Amino acid sequence: MNTTVRWFRFSSPQTFFPLAGTIARWCALGAVPLAVAGLYVGFLVAPTDAQQGEVYRIIYIHVPAAWMSMFIYLVMALWAALGLAFNTRLSGMMASALAPTGALFTFIALWTGSLWGRPTWGTYWVWDARLTSELILLFLYLGFIALQAAIDDPRRADRAGALLAIVGAVNIPIIHYSVVWWNTLHQGASVSVTKGASMQSQMLTGMLLMALAFWMYSIAVTLVRVRCIIKEREG
Amino acid sequence: MSDYAFYLWGSYSVTFLLLLLEIVFVLKRKREAKA
Repeated sequence: MNTTVRWFRFSSPQTFFPLAGTIARWCALGAVPLAVAGLYVGFLVAPTDAQQGEVYRIIYIHVPAAWMSMFIYLVMALWAALGLAFNTRLSGMMASALAPTGALFTFIALWTGSLWGRPTWGTYWVWDARLTSELILLFLYLGFIALQAAIDDPRRADRAGALLAIVGAVNIPIIHYSVVWWNTLHQGASVSVTKGASMQSQMLTGMLLMALAFWMYSIAVTLVRVRCIIKEREG
Repeated sequence: MSDYAFYLWGSYSVTFLLLLLEIVFVLKRKREAKA
């Protein structure tokens, strides 16, 4: 019971502020060696792909960026829902802090996917279900950011943004299952929770290291941004 | 590698440039929030 009380203490922006700073510092420090290790394994240890040659190495940023784009949106929608349910100030601040990083990773996933698609599929873009639903995700992030920026009162902006974030969360399972539900040019999942990985172990190691690096980076940047929002709103 | 250099380095350079830009913008906002 006491533990629960202590955790709820951090729902106050002023109490969360120093904790966010400490976590951000450790995550920033963790992101660098993880990225270096991921790039080392990805470029110098993992073998060349038998079919695609060297261009497959885009996988080390494309897949982790795509994972982050979806995961950050889910976390953002969760914070938004908590804000609507409990009317906590920190929830809206966290959702606002997550959106730019989520939008950035969505753009990176689309950009790297496009550059990977040209040599392997023969085209930069195709309107298949996976690519289109990921593009919709980018528009959802941009819509969330624009909606919040358009409303002067931060608490009203949080509530309006929260509704959009929650409704938009329906797009995440659509992105994930698009390659199963529809006949897409995009390949199916290389890594599955239920079926494991269908790729060479060194390639998988490099990809997972980069995913962890992106994860640490996202936590660090988001927490620094939420500290700025706390300062701006509450001094 | 040379056949695919544009696609591979085009992906990595833009990715790390954008991540770096985000760090710069966040640190700038942090400085302004402190002032």
